[in-house]
Amino acid sequence: MTGKQTTTSAAFLATLKRDLLIAFKKKNDIVNPFMFFIIVVSLFPIGISPESDRLTEIAAGVIWISVLLASMLSMDNLYRSDFEDGSLEQLLLSPHPLFFLVLAKNISHWLVSGLPVVLVSPLLAYMLALPEEAYGTLFLSLLLGTPIMSLVGSIAVALTVGLGSRGLILAVITLPMSVPVLIFGTLAVQSTLNSQSPLGYLSLMLVMLSVSVSLAPLASAAALRISVN
Amino acid sequence: MSSAAPTASSNSDTDTIMLAARGLFCARDDRVLFKNLNFDLPEGQVLQVQGSNGSGKTTLMRILCGLNDGYEGSIKWYGQEIEDQAANFFSSLLYIGHRVGVAKVLTPVENLRWSCSLKQAVSDEEIMAALKEVGLRGFEESPCYTLSAGQQQRVSLARLIISPASLWVLDEPFTTLDRKGVERLEQILQRQAQAGGSVMVTTHHSLNIPELAMLSLG
Repeated sequence: MTGKQTTTSAAFLATLKRDLLIAFKKKNDIVNPFMFFIIVVSLFPIGISPESDRLTEIAAGVIWISVLLASMLSMDNLYRSDFEDGSLEQLLLSPHPLFFLVLAKNISHWLVSGLPVVLVSPLLAYMLALPEEAYGTLFLSLLLGTPIMSLVGSIAVALTVGLGSRGLILAVITLPMSVPVLIFGTLAVQSTLNSQSPLGYLSLMLVMLSVSVSLAPLASAAALRISVN
Repeated sequence: MSSAAPTASSNSDTDTIMLAARGLFCARDDRVLFKNLNFDLPEGQVLQVQGSNGSGKTTLMRILCGLNDGYEGSIKWYGQEIEDQAANFFSSLLYIGHRVGVAKVLTPVENLRWSCSLKQAVSDEEIMAALKEVGLRGFEESPCYTLSAGQQQRVSLARLIISPASLWVLDEPFTTLDRKGVERLEQILQRQAQAGGSVMVTTHHSLNIPELAMLSLG
């Protein structure tokens, strides 16, 4: 028995690895939100119009809203099973700062639910006839926006994980908080389409991301402590 | 419910007190679970918490671990408030609750690798040896949803063998174990006490452990 205490970074990495491993083993949790995203986006050309002029106009909004809805689907996986099997209690009883352990779980969640959506977005942008020059902006805005949604959504999931029947409450808490991300994400793409620089909006999103990374895990950690109480 | 102050009978007053609780009060939904509860847990002591269903055993265990803060009174760790030395306390504490903390999709090895590394560095050899000791040889790489409830319990108990924690808080660790498993766990608890560690355990079994202290609730 060595009994040597781990460093916080080792505990962080162990948590990240474990969550990725669980996601890899429960493929449904990854595939379902991703498929949902693709299906919702593909319904718009069918339901509205296949004409590229009209699609171009709504493309950014459609993709952003679908990302938001798909992220709602995957959010619940973040702490639910850990709460049910007692792993969450073990996490809370770790001597390491909960901030980093929660951050590790959020990063893992983004890697399996946010990143695939970001990567496939240019393909869907093509389907919605978004002009090529806006691909880069859309990609960047999603790259900055999806981690914010994981981090902010994590607070809501942490708050509601102890409730028996949650129903829509998760969406009611999370969606309003995601509105600023939605606004700036779509505005960035629109300004590229109007031949203006999207840098202003993107840097605002970068600020929002930095604030979320530094504050949201603190709020999630506090919420988790309340939920297991 | 319990108005009389329950006390733990301890035969080793001179030993170093690891955990001391004074005047604990806890009520849930206007029902008093316990009030003016005092006890000391010295080093090298196994303390069995007894009480009827709903008498607050689990609540007491969770309060001691800091998972539940709905109580009044003081709990001291080596004479100091726990909040003042939380990291120190948490690295010395091992808690196994009703929910044993075993993820069903992971194998026993993967589960232990994570739950142990939250506290201390652990090698795969140690994990394998611990799983063998709790009688899970041959199941190391099976997903935990294929294991029985008792076997999942054993996965969590393997942490006792790996852990150097000096305080174990175990909530009903015997429930799903077979007779052999119960005997083995009793030996493990005894070994911890002999090594100077302490154990708080809730169970309805009558434990076969020498110098066992009792704390009755309700």
